[in-house]
Amino acid sequence: MGKYKAVIGLEMHCELKSNAKVFSKAKNSYEDLPNIYVSPVDMAFPGTLPSLNIECIRKGLMASIILNCKQPEYMVFDRKNYYYPDLPKGYQITQMHNPVGVNGSITIEMDGYDKKVDILDIHLEEDSARLNHYSNYSLIDYNRAGVPLLELVTAPCLDNADEAVAFLEAMRKIYQYCDISDADTKKGQIRCDVNVSIMEEGAKELGTKVEIKNVNSFANVREAINYEIKRQSELKDAGRYDEVEQETRRFDEESGTTKRMRSKVDAIDYKYFIEPNIPKFKIKKSWLDEIKKSIPMLPRERKELYIKEYGLSNYDATIIVKEKSYAEYFEECIKLGMNPKTVANYLIVNIIAYLNKWAIELKDFYLTPNLLKQIIDALDKGTISSKQAKEIFNKSLEEKNEPKNYITSDSAQISDESLLEEIINKVLENNSKQIEDYHNGRTNLFDYFVGQVMKETRGKANPSLVKEILNTKLNK
Amino acid sequence: MTEKGIKELHDLLINKKLNVSDLVKESINKSKELNKKCSAFVTIVDDPVLSEVTDSLLSGIPYGIKDNYSTKGILSTGSSMTLKDYIPFFSATAVENLEKNGAIAVNKTALDEFGMGGTGTTCHTGSVKNPWDLKRMCGGSSAGSAAAVAAGIYPYALGSDTGDSIRKPAAYTGIVGYKPTYGMISRYGLFPFASSLDTCGVLTRSVEDAAIVVDAMKGQDNKDLTSWDSKGISLYKNLKKDIKGKKLFYIKEIVDKDNYPEASKELIEHLDNFNKTIDLLKKEGFIIEAISIGKNILNAIPSVYVCLSCAEATSNMSNLTGISFGPRGKGSNSEEMMKDHRTKGFSPLIKRRFVIGSYILQKENQEKYFVNAQRVRRLIVDLIKEQFKKYDALILPVGSGPAPYLENALDKVPDNETKVLENHLQIGNFGGFPSITIPNGFINNMPVGINMTANCYEDEKLLNIAYKLESLMNYKGQIAKLGDDK
Repeated sequence: MGKYKAVIGLEMHCELKSNAKVFSKAKNSYEDLPNIYVSPVDMAFPGTLPSLNIECIRKGLMASIILNCKQPEYMVFDRKNYYYPDLPKGYQITQMHNPVGVNGSITIEMDGYDKKVDILDIHLEEDSARLNHYSNYSLIDYNRAGVPLLELVTAPCLDNADEAVAFLEAMRKIYQYCDISDADTKKGQIRCDVNVSIMEEGAKELGTKVEIKNVNSFANVREAINYEIKRQSELKDAGRYDEVEQETRRFDEESGTTKRMRSKVDAIDYKYFIEPNIPKFKIKKSWLDEIKKSIPMLPRERKELYIKEYGLSNYDATIIVKEKSYAEYFEECIKLGMNPKTVANYLIVNIIAYLNKWAIELKDFYLTPNLLKQIIDALDKGTISSKQAKEIFNKSLEEKNEPKNYITSDSAQISDESLLEEIINKVLENNSKQIEDYHNGRTNLFDYFVGQVMKETRGKANPSLVKEILNTKLNK
Repeated sequence: MTEKGIKELHDLLINKKLNVSDLVKESINKSKELNKKCSAFVTIVDDPVLSEVTDSLLSGIPYGIKDNYSTKGILSTGSSMTLKDYIPFFSATAVENLEKNGAIAVNKTALDEFGMGGTGTTCHTGSVKNPWDLKRMCGGSSAGSAAAVAAGIYPYALGSDTGDSIRKPAAYTGIVGYKPTYGMISRYGLFPFASSLDTCGVLTRSVEDAAIVVDAMKGQDNKDLTSWDSKGISLYKNLKKDIKGKKLFYIKEIVDKDNYPEASKELIEHLDNFNKTIDLLKKEGFIIEAISIGKNILNAIPSVYVCLSCAEATSNMSNLTGISFGPRGKGSNSEEMMKDHRTKGFSPLIKRRFVIGSYILQKENQEKYFVNAQRVRRLIVDLIKEQFKKYDALILPVGSGPAPYLENALDKVPDNETKVLENHLQIGNFGGFPSITIPNGFINNMPVGINMTANCYEDEKLLNIAYKLESLMNYKGQIAKLGDDK
């Protein structure tokens, strides 16, 4: 590897979030129980006709706008005809001639540079039913039949697996932030086809393109690309590049390799033609404007805002925008007047760790921004120590009790200087031996004195004040 | 009683001079009799749910449904082996609308398999015979509906029209066949043939009955995106509007006898009869002019129809695989099972049309055949619409004479001088125009028909003209006297 330049293109299919399916009124919902969200339309009973879910079109157009694509003047759908048991109508309603978007691009952030990814087209279509294969029979689950899908096709412009995965991650975040999709790979909501070819550095002509179909996780996308580059490079090295065929392969998760499915020569003629049951309609500019206005701030913009306005580090900001729920939580805290840096710190160090440990989602997290505020404010005012804050945080979560109930006068930090001085004097009086040693050069005993003061106050002494007073007293 | 019109039956029912049960029983008994001779039905409903007589003109009155309409709980086969045991769990919107009006379905009528055909001879239950002469066909595809209405089984039966499937059988059986503007009646639940051409409609024995029935069937349906709001249209109420000074046109190339040097005697009589009807209208004050459209474009009509209808049909019927419904085919994998189901299920005629459709849609042929056919369709529609700026309706003879003999049934566009005359009704489907056929005479003791077509959404005006013309002749309400099968 490394000797050749890789050229990668992606097709990303993402299931949209919507109340109903795209061409029927059945519910669009991920469900383990098969065949409960099915209408006669989804099973293509004779005489059924498609309806049209405007919300899905809206979301498609929103994605198109975000990706800087050109939107069509009219909304038109096409039929893609082929026979397969998971395709009840014998055709899929999709967009071939006039997709919701063409010729766009988006810039994604890589480690140390920006990458512009060109988008060839983005179109709205319906998903097929799910086939579950068993040893000598197969079962069909129509819950997925007719679920709205947004398919995005990039130009062959990605150089390596890192860029491909970064692009997918960026798109996943955008879909989530805009509520276009839950984009959950675990639920199979994102599926990718990957095109890979290699060429000599500086060569003008592209190499032979190999397509890997239906890769269902980002980790697999990475593995598939790397494997395919390696496979093609090795063949080229061995002078057997002619064995790289224009073909469709699949990724085999177990072996981490790609396996041949069919040659492109056997490609199916889908006999596309315009869907006559959905009359074309004009997309009004006012509608596009309205959709544009409703696009929320995207993760990249948010990250910049966090760094510039709230003084977060690049690292912290990156983690917070990674999930829409984190960013929303963070912003809610800021709105409530909390200190951004303290919140960021708490979110990253404590909250996210807690969520991961208990495998819960932020929306189910007991300490809402309002409740967290009780801790953060006390911490910022110095009423409690960070150690105490941590304890209150845990206790509050454990007992599902508001933090303020644990911030009692008893637990309050001692910041009263004269009181502290009194305690410190007492500690020093009882440790004359250690004072002598300290003055004779064992300066690390300083921490011992601090510890003694903390012990006396059961940890409530304000540590920085203690250090300050001790310093004056020992070094005068 | 079943030979009467809707209004008359309604009055009898309302005045308790007739009861629903007797009327329905009579209709069912006559259905059984007719079926022995004409094979008009796929299903006769033995004990339909009776309805109350209400203000609705259709309440308590029996009717027939073409078997390509989905009917809840009643076998709906499309006259195809692929659906020979299919009992739907939902009804077509048009059928639901009639049910709401208290209409009582007593049978499902036979058709050319899935509406594909113009002979009534490709039904899985056998060829439908013409009640006027059992050796002749009814035409198709609404063959069973036409036979039943002509034989007086009930006042009306539903049809569907993709090329002329309502309007031609109506002519061949001496009744009225009305195809309203595309989208006026929801297609939800109608088994599709060619979606951009398919239209629901009705066969009756009078223009008045056609108006009453379509008033009840129509209406915007959120299950059919091509349906539109027709609340502003009341066909029955406005049936007798003044038609003074209305202008009609006919296409010179189609009607001119000089264009048929090899014309049969029947054809000459048919054209003469058409001219007689034109004279009748002129006498009544209609202005009627001959317009030349151009032979080339007219000759393209049948080919355009074949291209578009076969292409759409191939795709529309891809759901018939025996996977989700229908008899499961045999085979060691799903592909073999689908193949087996379709090989056994479809008649050779339909398979031929599927092959044509697939060929037309192939990547390398699409531009040449499919896209060009769409262009010519547009061209023809624009030419006719141009005329509708000046004229209220197009008037033409239906077919080249009375119903052909069954032995001459062919699924082939005849490559002869009558091919335009036989196929011009397809213009109505190209443009989605409202179009109606009414009987206008007899040739060799067989009825013949005349057709009128108007611009989209002008259904009221079209029926005004048809109603007027009907009143000038003596064929309204005529019943075929069942001849013996000689």
